[in-house]
Amino acid sequence: MIDVLLYAILAGLGVAAITGPLGAFIVWRRMAYFGDTLAHSSLLGVALAMLLSINPTISVVTICLVLALALVALQQQQTLASDTLLGILSHSSLAIGLIAMALMPEIKVDLLSLLFGDLLTVNTHDVITIYVISAISILLLIKLWKPLLAMTIHEELAKVEGVPTTAVRTVFMLIIALEIAIAMKVVGVLLITALLVIPAATARRFSNTPEQMAIFASLTGCLAVILGLCASWFVDTPAGPSIVLSAGMLFLASLTKKN
Amino acid sequence: MTTSLVKLSGIGKCFKTNTVLSNIDLDLRAGQLLTLIGPNGAGKTTLVKIVLGLLDADTGHIVRHPDLRIGYMPQKLHIDPTLPVTLQRFLKLAESDSALCLNAANEVGIAHLIELPLQSLSGGEMQRALLARAILRKPNLLVLDEPVQGVDVAGQEALYRLIGALRDRLHCGVLMVSHDLHLVMSSTDEVICLNQHICCHGHPDQVSNNPAFLELFGSKTAPYTHNHDHQHNLHGEVIGHSSDSHHAKGCQHD
Repeated sequence: MIDVLLYAILAGLGVAAITGPLGAFIVWRRMAYFGDTLAHSSLLGVALAMLLSINPTISVVTICLVLALALVALQQQQTLASDTLLGILSHSSLAIGLIAMALMPEIKVDLLSLLFGDLLTVNTHDVITIYVISAISILLLIKLWKPLLAMTIHEELAKVEGVPTTAVRTVFMLIIALEIAIAMKVVGVLLITALLVIPAATARRFSNTPEQMAIFASLTGCLAVILGLCASWFVDTPAGPSIVLSAGMLFLASLTKKN
Repeated sequence: MTTSLVKLSGIGKCFKTNTVLSNIDLDLRAGQLLTLIGPNGAGKTTLVKIVLGLLDADTGHIVRHPDLRIGYMPQKLHIDPTLPVTLQRFLKLAESDSALCLNAANEVGIAHLIELPLQSLSGGEMQRALLARAILRKPNLLVLDEPVQGVDVAGQEALYRLIGALRDRLHCGVLMVSHDLHLVMSSTDEVICLNQHICCHGHPDQVSNNPAFLELFGSKTAPYTHNHDHQHNLHGEVIGHSSDSHHAKGCQHD
């Protein structure tokens, strides 16, 4: 019985490690809504995986990446404000995903676990997948760190200084897509953005450099995973929402620190 | 003849059906300070982006010097307050050597702010920070998009003097976009007056008497000469004056 908890903690920590630095960039670049939109589309990825009997991680990453690139192209058209566009796509993709699931009655899906995560059912295979993807994402992010930071401060200035902005942005989208694929298991489609944004916002008050903020965000995320799982284990609350609530409480506690 | 850094010929640019630039010829040379003026919507920023290579022109062609290194100073920075970044870190994005960063900050007069968060800098300090980042690239062409925006009048003069001094030291070409005619006229070699096409160009004195220029800006905005016999430092205090800190007789601005 205890190994269920162990697996859950391992999986949660593996995801929290990448959501820290990635979440920092999401906050700095004001992309929370963007991340939310991609997360919602991952439900469609799961439906597609069931329909075609392929690996759900691969199909979620693919769907997220396609949507991310389509969004960037649409945003450059500038016919609609960015948040309007995201609002349309975010909920449309969630709706398509839900309908696709409903149209496949022969396949039994636990919709609730997709929407809010099901950390207590992870197995060895899941944990390995999470750690492989998390490690790849962290390595990519370290590699991109400086150009991405330059782009976050001023994209055109970075481009004039020789940063290949289109390539960097595309790889950054890929990292977000990879993160969504693994975080789905932990907190579910609807709560992924919380795992990105809340720890990063909490870390802000304790950081003087971008790197500090990224590391503190990871540590805050790890603490939230442990606290949330403890609550889930002892009080029998749902794991995903408990982790998010713990992150929220940590954020509230951080507000007491005087700047 | 000095080296040509960027040469544009017959450049045109449309956004959908809207022609923004047509038939622009421009030759930027080393050591030359060229100012682009024009009303809102004249295509100044579009032209700058074409020179920078951020936008492709629809017609015409561009020849860039093979060793062209551009130091770019954008109009404004919007940095999210959640990003913990000091001035030093900002400069280090262009040059990883801390000593060189400090030198550049010193050259534009903001070395004392190096440890501060970028978001805490005032308008004038921020423009200087952007200028420091631009010169850290050891550019042979400086491209400055409205470099004095958000800076008070005394600060604007100081900033223009600084740009002139940097041009002399680095012997680089300078392409500058500006709204304010008064100050620009006295500190530039050549002015191009842009309103989707080049209305007129030449030495500031010639341009200010050109009928096309007067039609665009009106004769009231023609440049005046201001005898400023002292300077202000970043805190607004009078510096570099012979006797004391009071304004001299020649000063007419109070």
